[in-house]
Amino acid sequence: MSKQKIQQINKRTYMKKIIIVALVGLTAAFIGAGCKKSSQSQSEVKVIIQNKGSDTMVNLAQAWAEAYKKVAPNVEVEVSGGGSGVGIAALIKGTVDIANASRELKPSEFEQAKKNTGKEPKEFTVGFDGLAIYVHKSNPLNEITIEQLREIYAEGGKITKWSELGVTIPGVKDDTIVRVSRQSSSGTYEFLREHVLDNKDFKLGSRDMNGSKEVVELVSSTPTAIGYSGMGYATPGVKILKVAKKAGDPAYPPTVENVLNKNYPIARSLHLYTLGEPQGEVKKYIEWILSDEGQKIVQELGYVPVRKIGEKK
Amino acid sequence: MNAGNYKSLPKRPLWSIVGEKILEVIIRFSGISAIIFVFAIFFFIFREAAPVLHSPNFKLKEFLFSPEWYPTSAVNVRYGTLALTIGTFSVTALAMVIAVPFGLGAAIFISEFCGKRVKETLKITIELLAAIPSVVWGFIGLTIMSRIIMQVTGAPVGVNILNGGIILALMSLPIIVSIGEDALKAVPDSYREAAMALGATRWQIVRRVLLPAAKNGLLAAVLLGVGRAVGETMAVLMATGHAVHIPHGILDSVRTLTANIAAELGEAPERSEHYRVLFLTGVLLFFITFVINLAADLVIRGIKKK
Repeated sequence: MSKQKIQQINKRTYMKKIIIVALVGLTAAFIGAGCKKSSQSQSEVKVIIQNKGSDTMVNLAQAWAEAYKKVAPNVEVEVSGGGSGVGIAALIKGTVDIANASRELKPSEFEQAKKNTGKEPKEFTVGFDGLAIYVHKSNPLNEITIEQLREIYAEGGKITKWSELGVTIPGVKDDTIVRVSRQSSSGTYEFLREHVLDNKDFKLGSRDMNGSKEVVELVSSTPTAIGYSGMGYATPGVKILKVAKKAGDPAYPPTVENVLNKNYPIARSLHLYTLGEPQGEVKKYIEWILSDEGQKIVQELGYVPVRKIGEKK
Repeated sequence: MNAGNYKSLPKRPLWSIVGEKILEVIIRFSGISAIIFVFAIFFFIFREAAPVLHSPNFKLKEFLFSPEWYPTSAVNVRYGTLALTIGTFSVTALAMVIAVPFGLGAAIFISEFCGKRVKETLKITIELLAAIPSVVWGFIGLTIMSRIIMQVTGAPVGVNILNGGIILALMSLPIIVSIGEDALKAVPDSYREAAMALGATRWQIVRRVLLPAAKNGLLAAVLLGVGRAVGETMAVLMATGHAVHIPHGILDSVRTLTANIAAELGEAPERSEHYRVLFLTGVLLFFITFVINLAADLVIRGIKKK
């Protein structure tokens, strides 16, 4: 072999060595970083609060987490959505510190959590939300009653076309109502079933979206659609209907006042759940959420704030 | 290396013999491992699903033949998966109707008709298509495709079978093209030369010589494409509209078995009935792919016997 070639090969193995060393170094660095995080969370230097649940509340929870960084820089709140059911399921397993839910804990879930973790779930009401009924902005309809909603959404309900509600959508041939709904882990889904459908099941064939925002998005791109979602998710492409309890009653839009004085018929409370009495940083975080500062964020995002800590009704 | 003195090969050292044996064991294990994994997975899924078979809420007939899927109902729980099964079949079928002609056509073109430069560019581009994550495909379906479909067809909702079918077709194309191309390439050149010597045109060569010679490989390509389409989750979850509903046309929304499992497994409390039924739909899915593969295998055998 020529000298040049040997040199080349030497060079190559040298390069290989460098790459291997670099890889090992990187891996070590990653592992190190991972260890650091967990060891820090155990000592009191850096605390991570796991927060999971309601898609309706995910924007709100993120805004809280973001703002709380300035209040307590050593606390990191990790927020994820998935639906109230997902958050509660995680709470039952004991993998989250705080579960967000846009519905109340069912007695069966309460028992399961107690059985599984030995601690009783504790509820904090942190705000209210009007469940807004969205239609496309070109839809001439302005008001709807709870009963009409039930006829549209519930199994066996009779309303399937917009003409049956007395409106014609401009520029549309087929005026079949496109029902936009939520996946069954959603607290919004269960809330609607309980308070609008009288616990009847939903009609099959609704488009079940995986998030509050997707509902509004699909409605805004579909002239014949109707959908339900949190009132904070309104966009310029959709219209919010006024809702009346029954035909003949006055219909109200979901505004802060109407939700607070209970004029708006489909409003619900937003909850946080912890396992047992919250301790340490989690307790401080919840106290902060219920303070003026935290509640201001609730209002900014289009929800309705509360001030007092709600015990279980 | 010195190639000249192979006559006086030294005795093989012990480590080489031992090493070879070890390597043999490893390779043998890799071969069997596929079978072990398949059975282990099937066992696990079935073990999670089995207890629900005795539940009073569960009826096998309803599970297979009822379209009513109400796993979390407050008054009347029903586990019917017919609508989901039909959803899976309809989206997959449409995807294959689109992907098979395009995929095999592209494979034939790349392997037989185009120049070397074009061939390399096309191959790289098509393989790039396979590198796009399914979430991105789903997002394209949800935003871009749905708008185009609404404009072109006038459908009230853009997320439907057509949308999911097109997205799945695009996702399974790279597999069909690259495996199909490999199958065609594996046909010995002597076949082509012989056909050419007999005066066959290029098209005749493809149709009469190459396609029959490569048909096993091409069928495998199509089957892997089908497998990809049946098993795909995220993209169909986003592009098909996720509605439990027996479709009446390709502009209706559907929900597939995979999307249903993906959307609901996270919320279903562990070991609850809902959780177990979801695993049972997994068994159903397993069974469907098994039947498809078996059928294809039998078809290939049939062809061989002739």
